[in-house]
Amino acid sequence: MPKIPLSDLPVLPQNHLPLHILLQKTRVSCNNDAPTNTEDIIYSGAYAAMGVDNSLRLDEFRKNFKVKVIKLSEEDMEFDLIGIDASIANAFRRILISELPTMAIEKVLVANSSSVVQDEVLAHRLGLIPIQVDPRLFEYMSENDVPNEKNTIVFKLHFKCERKSGERRTVYSHDLKWLPSGSEYMLPTENSSDPSSKPKTYTSFTSSQDSLPEFLNNPITVTPGIIITKLGPGQEIELEAHAVKGLGQTHAKWSPVATAWYRMLPEVILPRDIIGEAAQKLVNKCPVKVFDIEDMGDGVKRATVARPRACTLCRECIREPGWENKVELRRVRDHFIFTIESTGAMPPEVLFTEAVQILEDKCERVITVLS
Amino acid sequence: MEDSAKSHDNLQSAGGGGVVDKQFLTAPVKSAVDKFQLLPEFLKVRGLVKQHLESFNYFIRTEIKKIVRANNVVKSRYDPNVYIRYTDVWVGRPSEVVDGVTDTLTPQKCRLGDKTYAAPIFVNIEYCNGSDSRTMMKKEVVIGRMPIMLRSLSCVLHGKDEDELAKLGECPLDPGGYFVVKGNEKVILIQEQLSKNRIIIDSDKKGCVQASVMSSTAMTKSKTIIRMEKEKIYLILNAFTSKVPIMVVLKAMGMETDQEVVQMLGRDPQYASLLLPSIEDCATFGVYTQHQALDFLEKKRKKSMSRFGKDEGALGVLRDIFIPNIPVRENNFHLKCVYVVVMVRRMMDAILNEDAMDDKDYVGNKRLELSGQLLALLFEDLFKSMNDTIKMAVDKILSKASRSSRFDISQHILKDNITNGLERSLSTGNWDVSRFKMHRKGITQIVTRLSFIGAFGSMTKISPQFEKSRKVSGPRALQPSQWGMLCPCDTPEGEACGLVKNLALMTHVTTDEEEGPIISLCYCLGVEDLSLLSGEELHSPDSFLVILNGLILGKHRRPQLFANGMRKLRRAGKVGDFVSIYVHEKQRCVYIASDGGRVCRPLVIADKGVSRIKHHHMKELKDGVRNFDSFLRDGLLEYLDVNEENNALIALYEGEATSETTHIEIEPFTILGACAGLIPYPHHNQSPRNTYQCAMGKQAMGNIAHNQLTRMDTLIYLLVYPQRPLLTTRTIELVGYDKLGAGQNATVAVMSYSGYDIEDAIVMNKSSLDRGFGRCIVMKKMSAVYQKYDHVSDQIVSPRKSQHDPEKIQILDNDGLASPGEIIRHQDIYLQKDCPVDPKTKSHPSQAQYRTSRQTYKGAEGEPAVVDRVALCSDKKQNLIVKFMIRHTRRPEVGDKFSSRHGQKGVCGTIIQQEDFPFSERGICPDLIMNPHGFPSRMTVGKMIELLGSKAGVSCGKFHYGSAFGEPSGHADKVEDISETLVKHGFCYNGKDFLYSGITGTPLQAYIFMGPIYYQKLKHMVLDKMHARGMGPRQLITRQPTEGRSRNGGLRVGEMERDCLIAYGTSNLIYERLMISSDPFEVQVCRKCGLLGYINHQTKSRMCSACKNGDNISAMKLPYACKLLFQELQSMNIVPRLQLDDSG
Repeated sequence: MPKIPLSDLPVLPQNHLPLHILLQKTRVSCNNDAPTNTEDIIYSGAYAAMGVDNSLRLDEFRKNFKVKVIKLSEEDMEFDLIGIDASIANAFRRILISELPTMAIEKVLVANSSSVVQDEVLAHRLGLIPIQVDPRLFEYMSENDVPNEKNTIVFKLHFKCERKSGERRTVYSHDLKWLPSGSEYMLPTENSSDPSSKPKTYTSFTSSQDSLPEFLNNPITVTPGIIITKLGPGQEIELEAHAVKGLGQTHAKWSPVATAWYRMLPEVILPRDIIGEAAQKLVNKCPVKVFDIEDMGDGVKRATVARPRACTLCRECIREPGWENKVELRRVRDHFIFTIESTGAMPPEVLFTEAVQILEDKCERVITVLS
Repeated sequence: MEDSAKSHDNLQSAGGGGVVDKQFLTAPVKSAVDKFQLLPEFLKVRGLVKQHLESFNYFIRTEIKKIVRANNVVKSRYDPNVYIRYTDVWVGRPSEVVDGVTDTLTPQKCRLGDKTYAAPIFVNIEYCNGSDSRTMMKKEVVIGRMPIMLRSLSCVLHGKDEDELAKLGECPLDPGGYFVVKGNEKVILIQEQLSKNRIIIDSDKKGCVQASVMSSTAMTKSKTIIRMEKEKIYLILNAFTSKVPIMVVLKAMGMETDQEVVQMLGRDPQYASLLLPSIEDCATFGVYTQHQALDFLEKKRKKSMSRFGKDEGALGVLRDIFIPNIPVRENNFHLKCVYVVVMVRRMMDAILNEDAMDDKDYVGNKRLELSGQLLALLFEDLFKSMNDTIKMAVDKILSKASRSSRFDISQHILKDNITNGLERSLSTGNWDVSRFKMHRKGITQIVTRLSFIGAFGSMTKISPQFEKSRKVSGPRALQPSQWGMLCPCDTPEGEACGLVKNLALMTHVTTDEEEGPIISLCYCLGVEDLSLLSGEELHSPDSFLVILNGLILGKHRRPQLFANGMRKLRRAGKVGDFVSIYVHEKQRCVYIASDGGRVCRPLVIADKGVSRIKHHHMKELKDGVRNFDSFLRDGLLEYLDVNEENNALIALYEGEATSETTHIEIEPFTILGACAGLIPYPHHNQSPRNTYQCAMGKQAMGNIAHNQLTRMDTLIYLLVYPQRPLLTTRTIELVGYDKLGAGQNATVAVMSYSGYDIEDAIVMNKSSLDRGFGRCIVMKKMSAVYQKYDHVSDQIVSPRKSQHDPEKIQILDNDGLASPGEIIRHQDIYLQKDCPVDPKTKSHPSQAQYRTSRQTYKGAEGEPAVVDRVALCSDKKQNLIVKFMIRHTRRPEVGDKFSSRHGQKGVCGTIIQQEDFPFSERGICPDLIMNPHGFPSRMTVGKMIELLGSKAGVSCGKFHYGSAFGEPSGHADKVEDISETLVKHGFCYNGKDFLYSGITGTPLQAYIFMGPIYYQKLKHMVLDKMHARGMGPRQLITRQPTEGRSRNGGLRVGEMERDCLIAYGTSNLIYERLMISSDPFEVQVCRKCGLLGYINHQTKSRMCSACKNGDNISAMKLPYACKLLFQELQSMNIVPRLQLDDSG
């Protein structure tokens, strides 16, 4: 490297980063062998030498932050979170998976089960059935609590396969019947000396749940169509399932999402024009049709990046030697394509706002503790 | 099956469509026929345990009749007119007689009711009670009950279809081939032995060359050795006290002139010069004539050898004990002489040329003894003893002068001897046949029902003849002749490594075949009879000896022509399918074998390298017009045994066949057995890894059988959600592993995570476990007996509510038995009954005194189990037996053992929340994380291909295949094709994904190899193994803590640990560990005499019993074991004295 006097070095433009550093800061480059620049640069003074302040500014964040909903249905939702740090996006993801409460069957009282499925397994399967109810209407049940209409939902399952039918019958999740006024099973009484005392059931509901305004016209249901078990002729299942509120971190059955995840926005760059046969080759390479051909006139065909969002990072375009220089695969570091697949208990958009709420509460807690 | 084959054709055409090979196009059309369809047909006809069934069927149909015919008369010693003659024998259908009513048995009934699945043995007899009475006949007399092999001809399951089997409570996928004895499933292991009746040349410990023959005939079994010792040749036979010069033996058999011997041995002077010292030796003894020789031998004969009742001297020995497999008719010893000379000649060949030595480990020199043969031995012995007892009983009665009742010999047939004898041998595994000096242990084994594939494993296992302790490598090494017959992978590790073997997929073990027709056929085909040949002609250079099952038939001048003729006849079905014809060029012999126990396998016949099986044949097979037997009948396929394989040139694939090729393999993956067949891409793995998997596949939890929930085994491990592997093999489909899998397809990320994954540990996703991954059910059987005594019996009583701890009896029903479905905890009582205080009391049951007896459940604390089933049955003595199945469902925890199908076992290192787990661009989160360090040293490339293949499988929705050596024939998907599929579905060709860290949220700095791999949960679980204790039980005599987890024992500070503590100088720790925490004891020691004294607690005084006073007594602490030692020494008249000193 030739010696260059200090004075001859180009003057670094102050207050903005040179391009290659900016690229490092804002993009993950996905090379053939391994992705590089994956780590976030968070330290506020990281670029102090270049006169750039790397600290996070609220007004700037406010200005840049955008949410764009791409797809929204009953069950799933895809939206873009733009201008946010990976740690925050990840926090939402983590909260969605494990810290949002839902209702799930926790206790199963088996009165009779002659099916081949073992009681524990049956209970486990019941537990994983999503219950379509807003958990915010219920309270957590702590250890000493008695089950009441505020913290417990009771379902009944009575299914019998007639012996004479001679066929196997399938028990589905929609065969679970909601019992708004609580358990119908009596507690075993120790002393029946006092006949006047009302026999107690396994729950102590003071009022029926269907009298509550929320459930007046929409009874609590579970996601239908899930196979619980199959019964042979003459077999019968009679049980009561008690659902309580819980968190996904305790057991996956309380997780409100099938899964929630994000990916960074793909960015595909062609540093040089790829024309002619090579262009066609590139288009053919991509299994998800990221590239397209543009007619430049005069029969010259140039490859363009038409659908970078579709890139699954199969690296097929840069697999062949030499192509790594022709195509650059990158990820935009502060643009997250977030997907939430709800189990059906709550609509995905509500889930996300709830997750934001929880993060907010947490932050507030930290602030109050700190101050 | 058809569909899968079709898809394969497509796959092949798709795979080959890419590149056009010009050479291929110009080559003559030689399209390979997909012969895979033959395999399911083979298994349909022969089954995987056909060798057992065939052997048993042969015994039931043929052998048993032979045995009875050979011993068909029982005559009284006193009156020859009193006799029984068995005219016929046959085995009926499995049944039992309860209160005089015959009831058919089914195997499931026997398993549940602890009964023996056995059928009566019927005989027709003709008997006479003395000269004054006439001969009488009796039909269908039961002489005993024969345990019946499941799915054999006599079994009720034979020929039943799936529905009928289900009605009988039987799993249709169960292969059968075992017995049910007293409720236990017992399999008779295949016994490996050296060939019987064959000359084996080897050297003894001193290096002397010897020729030995293990003779085995219906009458006798003996071993004959001819050994060259110090240049002289001797015969070693058990009937003689010491070795005998061979020339004397030959002279005793009538070969009086030395010239005759030398002539017979062959013209070559080499042989004559080797024999010369022996001839001289014989002359020095002064033995020249047959008479002299016999006298000489008579002196050496063991006098006690008079087993046959008649003593016919040395000639008798030579006739009956010396190589008895060579028949002697009318004292014509010519055949025997020839045989001896051939033995000597072969031995001399070995001396002149080392290569002529036989290899004992060569599979062609081995015979597999199967259940039928072993049962035949046992039955013969028991039948003979029964006849002896009849004879003795009859003689006893006849010897009495006056008889009170009318004598009837037919009343003396006892059936219990045979029944009990067979049952005992099968249940203990001890084969004691004194008649043949056979005392073998461990012949039978309980069928391992840990996993479906484990049961197969015990059916194909071959147990060795040698003891396992021998540290020799020869018999343990992989023999080239094992190819296709015995599985090269499936052998245990450790001491039995290489000795215990397993059969390969297509192996068949032969049964005995009638020799007579073959002999006459041989003579028809131009074999010159031996008895017509002079000695000189025997070894004439232009002819080959023809030997059938070790018996020299004669010679043939054109051996190749003869062999081809015989083979043609075999292919035409005129001779049995399993007769082998083998031309041994070096020994100038043609060996024909029709005996039982040879291993053989089917091969496609090729004429000048062109397969006889054509496309239209396979089409006919698909259309159901053909089956495996018709292929055999039409001479398209044939069975070759190990010896005949040496005369064949077998091409692996049709394309590789040359004009010399005589046979073509059906499918190369059939060289593996059932257990090794589960491994995908085993040919890409390091060989020992496949061996490890073979052992582990038998411990994997999953489905046992379709009737698993109705079985009452002592221990059942089941998986709650078993799956079929995404990457299957053809073998998996053939054995039915896809229907009864033992594992789950886990999405595995190969990366390091958390540090809890070192040393093969795996990191598991908690949410996966929550959703049911690796969940298993452990069922344990507990049983109790309601004993019946003479007058009283144990009684069922309702548990009294007013008991001291009602908590413990709350699961009991009114009958004092825990009811099904109840949750049972540690220390709960599951059975309560009343036992008579005095079982011998003669009072009326209602007056007898009873005490309550309970049985408590001992399980893991805090782990509630459930009473799954309660079954009642009665045992032989009509006692009521109650069996409880206790079920415990477990989810994986840290320390549970898992394994992939590539010998890569590991424990669960930690369980981590799903949100902390990495996730892919598509939101896929792995079920478990495996450390990449597991790969470089293990070299299990097959596992990587499995991951790729399964990943492609889930993305395109098709099961992929990975059969061994399957790439050329399309039974294994090529990596290129798999990669193509992956790319088509947007994955990277190499299976590596872009993952985000679940903890920081940023992408990981490497692409991660991720995809589904079939994981097995092994039966080793921490819950059954973890153990720790503080205070606890102590042993009675030493007062030291007990040993072992089952006794809640302490953890021993052993010698080595103690040494460390000494080296460290931690004397107080040693003191604390070895005494305070173990067995401290305060003793009173007399300072004067040094003996132990005592404290009299009444007078509060201390005494020395030796000094008779308490003046010099000191108290000190000793380990109780030390005190015990002193007292024990004293009891043997040794006085240990303690010398006490003041501690400074």
